[in-house]
Amino acid sequence: MSGSGEGGAREEILARMRRALSDAGEAPEAPREYRRALDPQTDVVAMLIDRLLDYKANVHHGVEAIAEALDGEARVVVPADLPREWRIGGAEFIPDGPFATDAYLSTEDLDGMDAVLTGCAAAVAVSGTIMLDAGAAQGRRAITLVPDRHVVVLKREQIVGHLAEALPRLDPRAPQTWISGPSATSDIELQRVEGVHGPRRLDVVLLED
Amino acid sequence: MKRVGLFITCVNDALYPETPKAVVQILERLGYEVDFPAAQTCCGQMHANSGYQEDARTLARSFEEVFGGYDAVVTPSGSCAAMVRDQYPHLTGSGLGARVHELSEFLLDVAGVEDVGARFPHRVTYHPTCHGTRALGLGDKPVRLLRAVRDIELVELPAADQCCGFGGTFALKNSEVSSAMLADKCRNAAATGAEYLAAADNSCLTHIGGGLTRAGGPRPVHYAEILASAA
Amino acid sequence: MSARKRGTAVPTSAAPASAVVPAASLIPADAPFPKAAKVALGMPQLRKNLAHATGTIRAKRAKVAGELDDWEHLRDSAAAIKADVQHRLPELAIEFERNAIAAGATVHWARDGAEANRIAVRIVREAGAEEVVKVKSMATQEIELNEYFEAQGLRAFETDLAELIVQLAEDRPSHILVPAIHYNRTEIRDIFDQRMGDAPAGLTDDPAALAEAARLHLRRRFLSAKVAVSGANFAVAETGSLVVVESEGNGRMCLTMPETLISIVGIEKLLPRFEDLEVFMQLLPRSSTGERMNPYTSVWTGSREGDGPRDVHVILLDNGRTRVLEDEVGRQALSCIRCSACLNVCPVYERTGGHAYGHVYPGPIGAILAPQLEPGRHDDLPYASSLCGACYEVCPVKIDIPEVLVHLRQQGPHAAGEQAAMGAAKAVMARPRLWRTALRAARLGSLPWRRKGFVRRLPWPGSRWTVSRDLPVPPKEDFRSWWKERQR
Repeated sequence: MSGSGEGGAREEILARMRRALSDAGEAPEAPREYRRALDPQTDVVAMLIDRLLDYKANVHHGVEAIAEALDGEARVVVPADLPREWRIGGAEFIPDGPFATDAYLSTEDLDGMDAVLTGCAAAVAVSGTIMLDAGAAQGRRAITLVPDRHVVVLKREQIVGHLAEALPRLDPRAPQTWISGPSATSDIELQRVEGVHGPRRLDVVLLED
Repeated sequence: MKRVGLFITCVNDALYPETPKAVVQILERLGYEVDFPAAQTCCGQMHANSGYQEDARTLARSFEEVFGGYDAVVTPSGSCAAMVRDQYPHLTGSGLGARVHELSEFLLDVAGVEDVGARFPHRVTYHPTCHGTRALGLGDKPVRLLRAVRDIELVELPAADQCCGFGGTFALKNSEVSSAMLADKCRNAAATGAEYLAAADNSCLTHIGGGLTRAGGPRPVHYAEILASAA
Repeated sequence: MSARKRGTAVPTSAAPASAVVPAASLIPADAPFPKAAKVALGMPQLRKNLAHATGTIRAKRAKVAGELDDWEHLRDSAAAIKADVQHRLPELAIEFERNAIAAGATVHWARDGAEANRIAVRIVREAGAEEVVKVKSMATQEIELNEYFEAQGLRAFETDLAELIVQLAEDRPSHILVPAIHYNRTEIRDIFDQRMGDAPAGLTDDPAALAEAARLHLRRRFLSAKVAVSGANFAVAETGSLVVVESEGNGRMCLTMPETLISIVGIEKLLPRFEDLEVFMQLLPRSSTGERMNPYTSVWTGSREGDGPRDVHVILLDNGRTRVLEDEVGRQALSCIRCSACLNVCPVYERTGGHAYGHVYPGPIGAILAPQLEPGRHDDLPYASSLCGACYEVCPVKIDIPEVLVHLRQQGPHAAGEQAAMGAAKAVMARPRLWRTALRAARLGSLPWRRKGFVRRLPWPGSRWTVSRDLPVPPKEDFRSWWKERQR
């Protein structure tokens, strides 16, 4: 649906653009000599961990560490398709999603959750970025936003060195969230402070094999 | 090619004879034949940067007439060299800029000399002027030449890469902001405890020096004059 | 890292707050730049805050930009991609529109700010809402959306921490990225204490405590808001996607929780392909906050069942941009990705702050954007620069700001006295013999000051120089006589 009919604004703006460009010709093709990958000998796992710690995220290893990452939180929302074997520890896992009988939780219910546990789509080592694209084990955006703690399970094969390697792994039309550490602000004297509106704690559980 | 044209710049023509004299001495010591075409005036930078393009074009054409016949032109000013190299192509379509060299470029890149045989037993700090450093890309060329001077003590200028606030007519149109920038530059210069503050542009040195005679601090000097001081 | 977490520095000021005086109320927005700048220069706390903040961010940017050995290649690509976008703007805008509509968005076009505001208000009313939450957006500041909403009986709540500070203080933003950069922590504490309404008792000036206060203040509003208004950092033509880059999670809240989302997007924000983000998302965070990556980036394409807003609107905004596009030198200003690196390195901005520029886009980029977006106004901004070139050096999309500044200066208007002086100077300099005569005259005329060596005080307009600098006098013997002597 388009609401562009208003007084011909669309046509007028397009006409202005064309007029402005009437003798502009074509721009030369953009050079692309930048890197699209890190040096092959880079230890991307070590680099990712280094970046995550730099952002004050917590890093854990192995599927059994999920319980430790959840750190005693009682109510943990999970996407309905989260693998069963990740739902370990003493928490109550509350599914959210359109699968089987699971319905979406209300905002109020979500606000009552202590943590969220999800997978992800990819991770970029050089910038310590975890990427979600609403794919398997990730759920909708709200569940990774409202609870104050986000525990992400990351598989080794999901880690790439460079941003350019990660983008092709994402569904470009799906809602995406790229996460680099817990929520933060530098608005006061340009000093970085972790913890504003998004989850104030980010835990990454690394599955090496 | 041993003959070079000397463009002294209008500022040196009017105020600072010692700088072009120094350039002549340095070049002659290296065996160059220096030619000073008397019809030279100004490269047109002030007009160009103040928005008087037509006037700048007129002056650019005169410059090309005076210097067009030289294989190499040397000038002791980063900003004037940048003017010819960056703005003339737009103003007149001239490619003369490739043959116009700021002194340190000429010495290092054309003559291939880093040690010009000078001695200057003083404490000196260096301000990298904006147009020389950024527009012309001089990098540390003048500093490399100064490092080779015997008995010189080079000290780092804090916040060296910050503009002194001159900017041509900026110093008049935005006098207060310019003065605030100058005050910081003078404070940093004084903090070095240097006897001399050297730079590659006497226009900037006029500005900084005009502040330093009031605030106290090092004496402004074009680095060419240091390079010309006899060993 | 917060002071609290480091366990250092117990905050000093639970002391009684002094009344908040918004900086914008002191620095006149419609005064000529030199005049407004003079006021700002006379505010020592403001200057201290600015110097501290810009110094901090400069160092961070330099460090993370320096980490990438292909930084210059990235800049070259970004500049070329943006130039390509400008050349293909009609085609890309239509492609974006088609893909966004296919994904369920409603796309509107607005010739100017007033039209965009009217469309936004209509959508809010249709959603049955009386208030909106906002993601920090330069476009909505540019069109004064908040003011228009207020006049229409609607309320727009800023949710970015710095925007919140500015809104509470009833101030104007002074920086593109960090609108409250002119306030220090103590002043921010005072603003929260006096204006927030629900600030925790005994609030300290620890940045972590201040961030916590903002979290508590906005949380209910986020979870209950029906409508959000955002801008966008990028609009991807190939997919019809919008991208918002942020840090705090307020953006995610606004983009995810409400039923209705209105995004106001300048037409210059288009990128041809999703893949182009691999260039811009390396350059933008490193250039703006000096981070390898910002904490949160949201990408959305139309609406998606069960995930985020159902009613998604995009308002494509012209508001002078097509006029900027006409100027083949000036149009590179449309490449700007609003990182504000140029502000942070600018020696003028560092000393005056943003208010003196009298426009939502301050600093070097504002000095070339404002006069082009609003011709005839802000004619003094192209002169608010010493042409030092620090801005061009850091610009991630290689906008040659000094080049555009000089270009805009050519378009005048020039004061009559200045024109006369420049004309006279040219006339003399264009005639070598006249030039030599003038130099001789200057040497003679300065005889009275020869002994002293400089002039300390000149009448106006020379006083603009001598207010802070001595003026050297011509030497007794010039280079030309020395040269002539030698030739003999």
